[in-house]
Amino acid sequence: MFAAAHAFTENAARALADPSLQKALAATRPRFQDKRARAYAGLPEFEALRDAAHDLKTHTLAHLDLYLEAYAAAVAAQGGVVHWAETAEDARRVVLGICRRAGARTVTKGKSMIAEEIALNPHLEANGITPVETDLGEYIIQLRREPPSHIIAPAFHLNREDWIAAFREKHAGLPADRPLIERRDLLAEARAVLRRRFLAADVGITGANLLIAETGSSVIVTNEGNGDLTQTLPRVHIVLASIEKVVPTLEDACTVLRLLARSATGQDMSVYTTFSTGPRRAEDSDGPAEYHVVLLDNGRSAMIGTEFEDMLRCIRCAACMNHCPVYGSVGGHAYGWVYPGPMGSVLTPSLIGVDQARHLPNASTFCGRCESVCPMKIPLTRMMRHWRERAFERHLAPRAERTGLGLWAFFARRPLLYRAATRAAIGVLGLFGRRRGRFAALPLAAGWTAGRDFPAPEGETFQSRYRRLARDGTAR
Amino acid sequence: MSPTSEAQARILGRVRAGLARERDDAARAAAVRARLASPPRGVIPARARGERPALVERFVANLEKEFGTVERLRDAVEVPGRVAAWLAARNLPARLAAAPHPELLALPWADRPALAVRFGRAEADDAASLTACFAAVAETGTLVLASGPDHPTTLGLLPEAHLVLLRTSRIVGAFEEAWDLLRAERGRTDSSMPAPRRVMPRAVMLVTGPSRSADIEQTLELGAHGPRALHVLLLEDEG
Repeated sequence: MFAAAHAFTENAARALADPSLQKALAATRPRFQDKRARAYAGLPEFEALRDAAHDLKTHTLAHLDLYLEAYAAAVAAQGGVVHWAETAEDARRVVLGICRRAGARTVTKGKSMIAEEIALNPHLEANGITPVETDLGEYIIQLRREPPSHIIAPAFHLNREDWIAAFREKHAGLPADRPLIERRDLLAEARAVLRRRFLAADVGITGANLLIAETGSSVIVTNEGNGDLTQTLPRVHIVLASIEKVVPTLEDACTVLRLLARSATGQDMSVYTTFSTGPRRAEDSDGPAEYHVVLLDNGRSAMIGTEFEDMLRCIRCAACMNHCPVYGSVGGHAYGWVYPGPMGSVLTPSLIGVDQARHLPNASTFCGRCESVCPMKIPLTRMMRHWRERAFERHLAPRAERTGLGLWAFFARRPLLYRAATRAAIGVLGLFGRRRGRFAALPLAAGWTAGRDFPAPEGETFQSRYRRLARDGTAR
Repeated sequence: MSPTSEAQARILGRVRAGLARERDDAARAAAVRARLASPPRGVIPARARGERPALVERFVANLEKEFGTVERLRDAVEVPGRVAAWLAARNLPARLAAAPHPELLALPWADRPALAVRFGRAEADDAASLTACFAAVAETGTLVLASGPDHPTTLGLLPEAHLVLLRTSRIVGAFEEAWDLLRAERGRTDSSMPAPRRVMPRAVMLVTGPSRSADIEQTLELGAHGPRALHVLLLEDEG
């Protein structure tokens, strides 16, 4: 996917002014939050599971080299092939090679964020192979030729009328008099069209929510069953997975699965959680004849041992973006790359470089809701702060921002001067703003006042007020 | 070395470079071997524990909450009649694709000559299927379908309706107990595996209700790509 993360400010402004997007965000966001809250309340062991999942991933990352070797050996022992890919380009080349050897013309795809990360669809199309997305949300955005706006609900930004318009325009065989009004009409139409695609595909490509070292299994989680049809019907199954997806054992997978659906959709379990292990066995009557795993690094190994290692615990449940006020205002496309919301604000700079994504760590109010709902207890705001520091150290911010921060630092290091300067500034602002109580415009603060008024201070700094109250004996 | 094994060496090299410098690699390898050989149990929720009858009821309640349906029977010979009646009540054709599982093969299908039964994998136009279930998990109302010659995976995916024969004695509390069953009944020692044992059939599907999607306006609709109906014939074989 082409990265437009550098343009976050412009993207966000456009998103805020888009009535259709704002309608979709307002209608759907509370549902995710309510469902997650109910699932959380229904499992008294949720906090204990969070701790266990944190410890499990920390253990796995401290032994990641060994678990990856064990996983790869187990896949090979059962007739599967593991392809190690250092970069997105390597992964694309491996996938294309497998598809070509299979003589593939069409490829069905289950939902995979790694496929988005390596921009697989355009690469296959450019080489004469037709990729068909089969997750309903991925399918509609493929018809509309746009990227996903959410990691588990790719069509989060669309309303029903957008679906109807896309099906009317793109489904050639759809009679004009066929009713396409209710959600179930849309679902039936998509089911009929995609069923033919499932049966015709030569290769099926899925992602993986987990890899299991003990058994060499890849695990996918879906509600539609599209991932299972994708990995069962074609002759060749390709799994796209990144290296941090590995967990040691089936028991460890249970710990993650107990958190995943509850945090994501508020279900106790998704409808289909499928463990795939190697190609079809000699005695089986169905299943793929070839089973390949593309194991992608793409910058993750370099995160081990750094302040960003915690991000490798992420299980892509999307709870952070579902609870983020910034995501809730601008939606996913504004973030400009594959991973939106708080997890994206931390991960994207690691994967494409902070120079390309320096706005993202700033796209946060630091309210901390993302951390409070993260099932893996990832310190998201702390890592965004690390990225802000790195961006500042590398002189990536514009001159005005750097000068402003430098000026502030000059005063902040000199307490007496700081107090005098703030007292003077607050006094002046208090004097001018006394009548209306707010400012509609302020010099040097146009960025703030363009969107909202600046509240006028009451003429006294926090420190002087605190001292006064302490003297009076009313401050505690 | 092949390009991918060179890539493997470089990726693992970078991982090791990031790990703590004063690490004890022998101790790390021993810890990994031990965890794989005898996996420690995680946090098992209280809802996964209870007396047998309570677990069976919890399984039924949890599956029904997710739009699965359950009917109970006391004797497996009732299955052909129950299946025929279930299909007729839904105006589905009296045709069935059934798993070639010994238990299903042994049923008195001849008693129902109007019901056409074909044993084998599912084909694209099959409307209904019947399989025998490996186990089920009370914790979340989940069926454990293990692929093999007696359970083609397509039977649980292609037909509009999936019927499942489940014995109450195969209902366990927690997911971990289903893995215990799988290791005990299907596992065998294999030194080429890291565990070192081979356990998994090609596909193990944990299924909790019929297929659905909430991708349109985040509102649930049943019957996405998999079966629109999931019906469990629960055979009470305990006590």
